[in-house]
Amino acid sequence: METVIFLIFAALALGSSLVVVAHKNPIYSTMSLVLTLFSVAVLFVMLGAPFVGVLQVLIYTGAIVVLFLFVIMLLNLQRTGRDDSRMAGQSLQIIVALGGAALFALLIALALSRTSLPPVQALTADMVSLKLLSRQLFTEYLLPFEIVGLLLLVAVIGATVVARRPPQADTTTSYVESTKGSEP
Amino acid sequence: MLDFLWLIPILPLAGAALNGCLGRKPPKALVTLLNVGAPLLSLLVALGCLWEYGHGTAQVIEKAYYAWTAGPLAIEAGFRLDQLSAVMLFVVTFVGFLIHVYSVGYMGHEEGYRRYFAYLNLFMAAMLLLVLGSNYLVMFVGWEGVGLCSYLLIGFYYDQDFPPYAGKKAFIVNRVGDFAFLLGMFALIAKFGTLQYSTIFKQIQEQPGLVTGPYVGGFTLAGFVALCFFVGAMGKSAQIPLYVWLPDAMAGPTPVSALIHAATMVTAGVYMVARTNVIYQLAPGVSQFVAVIGAATALFAATIGLAQTDIKKVLAYSTVSQLGYMFLAAGLGAYSAAIFHLGTHAFFKALLFLGSGSVIHAMGGEQDMRQMGGLRKALPQTFITFVIGALAIAGIFPFAGFFSKDEILHAAAEHGQWPLYAVGLLTAALTAFYMFRAVFLTFWGRFRGTPEQEHHLHESPPSMTIPLWILAVGALGSGWLGWPGKHNWIASFLDPVILHPAGAQAAEHAISPLLLGLLALAVAAAAIWYAWKVYGDDLGTEQGEQWAARFPWIHDLLVHKYYVDEIYDLMIVRPLAALADFFWKGIDGMVIDGALHTGAATAKVAGEVSRFSITGNVRNYALYFFLGVILLFLWLIF
Amino acid sequence: MEVPIQWYLLLAAALFAIGAAGALTRRNGISIFLSIELMLNAANLTLVAYSRLLAVRTGQLVVFFVLAVAAAEAAVGLALFIAVFRQRHTIDVNRINLMRW
Repeated sequence: METVIFLIFAALALGSSLVVVAHKNPIYSTMSLVLTLFSVAVLFVMLGAPFVGVLQVLIYTGAIVVLFLFVIMLLNLQRTGRDDSRMAGQSLQIIVALGGAALFALLIALALSRTSLPPVQALTADMVSLKLLSRQLFTEYLLPFEIVGLLLLVAVIGATVVARRPPQADTTTSYVESTKGSEP
Repeated sequence: MLDFLWLIPILPLAGAALNGCLGRKPPKALVTLLNVGAPLLSLLVALGCLWEYGHGTAQVIEKAYYAWTAGPLAIEAGFRLDQLSAVMLFVVTFVGFLIHVYSVGYMGHEEGYRRYFAYLNLFMAAMLLLVLGSNYLVMFVGWEGVGLCSYLLIGFYYDQDFPPYAGKKAFIVNRVGDFAFLLGMFALIAKFGTLQYSTIFKQIQEQPGLVTGPYVGGFTLAGFVALCFFVGAMGKSAQIPLYVWLPDAMAGPTPVSALIHAATMVTAGVYMVARTNVIYQLAPGVSQFVAVIGAATALFAATIGLAQTDIKKVLAYSTVSQLGYMFLAAGLGAYSAAIFHLGTHAFFKALLFLGSGSVIHAMGGEQDMRQMGGLRKALPQTFITFVIGALAIAGIFPFAGFFSKDEILHAAAEHGQWPLYAVGLLTAALTAFYMFRAVFLTFWGRFRGTPEQEHHLHESPPSMTIPLWILAVGALGSGWLGWPGKHNWIASFLDPVILHPAGAQAAEHAISPLLLGLLALAVAAAAIWYAWKVYGDDLGTEQGEQWAARFPWIHDLLVHKYYVDEIYDLMIVRPLAALADFFWKGIDGMVIDGALHTGAATAKVAGEVSRFSITGNVRNYALYFFLGVILLFLWLIF
Repeated sequence: MEVPIQWYLLLAAALFAIGAAGALTRRNGISIFLSIELMLNAANLTLVAYSRLLAVRTGQLVVFFVLAVAAAEAAVGLALFIAVFRQRHTIDVNRINLMRW
């Protein structure tokens, strides 16, 4: 039973990832990514990490992908044109890239075939317990937690600053000057 | 007062240093006060110390001010006042002070008045360090210091071409000697672990075997040190072959020539040999060498002096010659005779130089004797004092030179060294001859200069003439200190300094000093009479020129100083210059700069080649990255 | 039947390879970004798989952080894209090549 579920969702993940990578229309790519993320979330649950799976759906699909969609729509991106920006040696690059990727996957398969992994133990209630997970998060991993919080703050500020409309040069005046006309 | 011994060199040093604190354009009176006051105070302190020393019972006063110990080496900074350094101290401070006074008049109109006195006081400080030091290190510090001041003062007129060149020449030739001096010091350090005179000499006196065993190259340690030190003395005291700098040093102001290149600095070598007498007594071969070099130099320089036309050059070669006498004495073991001659020579040579300065001053800067003549009427005081000095150097009784020179010749005879005696006697004749040649050419006959010069002739101011008179008294009276025989005060005074190690040799014959003295006197008088015949009265240079015409090649050789400078230039200076050029252009230019340029060029070429990978295309970069990851992965697996 | 862990790992490798291929190949900046997210996901899957294998929670916690960082990265990256688009009016990566030699 488990195998079946695995196979279904694995196939779904693979397929939709191919669409993500290959499709011309960015909106379709993004939608396919949603599908991929959902499949992976299911696989997370199967691996005994339901919390992570939920997080995946919430954060990844719920926030990040939505962000992507907003940006795509904001920039009004179209299907990318075909030939107008071909570079020299682009075909070679594509071939090398694809080859490299395939090589990578094969290498991992090779590595896996050579190693012997320890037997998988049965899932206990402890393993999936949210309480125990969060306890570990807030004790052992407290520092990374705080730092990540700081990182998010920095990212927010950075994103805001980078993406805002640059201030107009001729309308940049000092506060004093700007309040000149309003004396009394 | 002896507690203030250290003030003696410090006062002139402070004077020299304070010159910089007088402001941009201080009044000349203030500069004079500072720069003549400092050596005066130093002289007074020195006299006080000498008085206390003389009336005290101690033979030796040693003051240590600082001591270092570094492993096996123990060095002290200290002063030693014993009979030898007492004599030197008196000579240096007294003559030095007189020359400072003289300089006020002589250098009065100079732009660099303050600078001159700063250097001169610095020199005094260094020279006093040299003579007062209680070990070879302090002596060496003073040694180098006087060498520096010599360079500074020779090149005093730095805006001309020649003086700086002469200064460099002096310094570099000196350096050759200094190198040897250092080697000698190192050998002493290796053996004794210290450079203190008292320690080393005492040990050698008690155990001569320490230094008489074989050391290096067939020399004993004593021989090696003695030879090295003598080479140092060759440089500083202008003996063959390192004398070439002294005549060119006349480019400096005349009082400098008087003080440094006659009375004090050049005598440092003699002092050093006398101080080291213990070692020389144990190295008979080297001592003989010293005597031979001294005699050869004396004769050699005297012959050159015969043909010189510049009055200062005559005196310069005369100095070289007299220094040769001193080394002749030292080589024979007659150390007190050497020091005696050093003292008398300081007086009469300084007198002669200052007198010549007076003449040059009157002639408005002219130094060529062929332009002079008949000056005895215009410069009476200069004339009289100059003649006194000339009589002294010629060795005429009762002037000082008679006693001191005869002491040396007597020593040569007593040791049975008749060839050296003959050379010494011949040189005495030549000395008298060329000295009076100078006297007659300068002060007798018609004036041969230009009308403007004649108009300018005047006797020098008292600041210049008074020192002349004082020195004349010294040139007359100092000889009596060395009356031969039982009453020889200076010999008995210096006797404690001359240490006799077990096994040293004593003199062989005893010869009547009276006989030798009369012989020398006769020879000198004859020479003077002959000089009168050739140059006297109104004859001027005519006879001399006739002689020159008769033996042109001799004359040529003498005038060109045996072409020694030219030989040195060819054999040493040019190869060295070529070597330096090679190092500069070849090694520095091509190898070192080349390495640098190659490195830079490599970086440049590498950059030019590898810039093509910076396509600006992010995907390319990501691809490189990915490929790198794969490689890493491969490496990890296999 | 138990699903062998190796299958999860192989799947993750495959997803990663696909994502890599896409990131290196596409011209559209947004598409590159999506491929990168894909790669991150593959890494997450690997982490969770190992966490299950070794019976520790460390892997899951790391995934937690990866998620947060990925969010931050996406935000900043898209902000950059907007800024670049304003200047160059294109998202085509080939055209954004001012730092060429």
